[in-house]
Amino acid sequence: MNNTCIIKNISYRAWYMWRRNIDVSLVTWKTNVLPPLLEPVLYILAFGVGLGAYVQKISFDGRAYDYLTFLAPGMIAVGIMFHSVFDTMYGAFIRLRYQKTFDAVITTPLSAEDILAGEILSGATRGLFAGAAILLIVTLFGLAAYPSSLLVLPLAVLAGLMFASFGLLFAALAPYIDNLNLPIFLFINPMFLFSGTFFPLDGMPAWVKLAANLLPLTHLVNIVRAATFDRLHAGLLWDLLYIVVLTGAVAYLSMTKMKARLIK
Amino acid sequence: MPTVIKVTGLRKNYGELRAVDGIDFEISRGECFGLLGPNGAGKTTTVKMLTCALPLSGGDITVGGMSVNKDPRGVKYILGVCPQEVNLDPDFSVLKNLIVYSRYFDIPYAEAKNRAEELINRFHLHDKLERPIEDLSGGLKKRLLMARALINRPKVLVLDEPTTGLDPQSRRQIWEEVRGMKSNGLTTLLTTHYIEEAELLCDRLVIIDAGKIVEQGTPKELIQKHLDGKGNLEDVFLKLTGKHLRDE
Repeated sequence: MNNTCIIKNISYRAWYMWRRNIDVSLVTWKTNVLPPLLEPVLYILAFGVGLGAYVQKISFDGRAYDYLTFLAPGMIAVGIMFHSVFDTMYGAFIRLRYQKTFDAVITTPLSAEDILAGEILSGATRGLFAGAAILLIVTLFGLAAYPSSLLVLPLAVLAGLMFASFGLLFAALAPYIDNLNLPIFLFINPMFLFSGTFFPLDGMPAWVKLAANLLPLTHLVNIVRAATFDRLHAGLLWDLLYIVVLTGAVAYLSMTKMKARLIK
Repeated sequence: MPTVIKVTGLRKNYGELRAVDGIDFEISRGECFGLLGPNGAGKTTTVKMLTCALPLSGGDITVGGMSVNKDPRGVKYILGVCPQEVNLDPDFSVLKNLIVYSRYFDIPYAEAKNRAEELINRFHLHDKLERPIEDLSGGLKKRLLMARALINRPKVLVLDEPTTGLDPQSRRQIWEEVRGMKSNGLTTLLTTHYIEEAELLCDRLVIIDAGKIVEQGTPKELIQKHLDGKGNLEDVFLKLTGKHLRDE
């Protein structure tokens, strides 16, 4: 119990927690899964089709794209982020504080680390599901090149793990559920707006570019856009490395913080 | 009878506060053992350490020979825990609650379904199968928690204030179940602040106050020792722990 090694305490049982959360999603999908999934479709319609009619071609990576095409991969990345981060941020907070799910599971053979790893895995699964569904919609609009766009799927899992870890960290640090408004205002919404989702960062001042490059979503948008445009290049490995390193660090930190909250 | 639970020098500190301050006791196989004390005495803290939900500040607890410090998973496989607080899964039906919980113990689905149905019959939950958990009464929720605690066929059952907040009918029903399990030879640790409950169910008990054991024995022994056999266990309890009101 006092063993402080987070990694050593994770076992196959993490999948039982994952299963439990997926089972809940399957019960509540009409209210909890479908509406947020349709949200990016609204963005595509409003900004891509609506606003796009008034926007000239967007120059990106040396080519000109119409606005809808430019926006589509951004919406895939945003969907991955929102789904995985909210699943752990609100979901884990509710399971911790209101439903007392963790209290119930901690007295079974699952360790605290199993529970938390399961939380991150189920958050990532939600991210994969969202990424795949929005990719499908984007494909139906004829805005995704294949086979390079298939890269979005493993990327959704990886980025899902990262954002789910962020969500778990916020849940671990928030004393009350209202406190979760803070990371939304300071972190999630700025990423949503300034990560190269709605406009290319190329023409921006240097400090804007620098700030945007600190945000994890920017790196996901970079790779997703290159994949759907079939413009993959070696430079994207830096984006990938950024995501991998940050995922490991935040997953570790979030599990440490949440474990401290779960077991006093 | 062999010892199933052995608690030695158990301590839990929260900063300056000594919530549990050096507790020792042993529970033999088949025994129903009571942990009594006013609110804030350290009952739930002790139970949480026993069920590996809290790290120990000192001492040790062994369950079936396994230490909660060294082999928490091993301990948790043989424990059945009925918590004080209702922590059922509100999104799942009665049956699904049992099935999902059985997974945590590596029980295969077919076996889990058999056990769940058996427990649903035994705890008279069959006509509530598809009801959302929220719609169940307090007594039904407790019965489902107890059924859930038995899904892994535990060697030790831990009941943390099983009847708090229940009406007399539900309380009696829970008592019946506990007595039934006892006659089947299940080792049980029961915490309560209802003295009547302890007198009725427990073979042996300890009274704890401010994290320390203040008295132990069979209910009869305690009444004999402190009141010359005149009175009930509640009088003994009040004599030992004082009559002042307790904060949580």
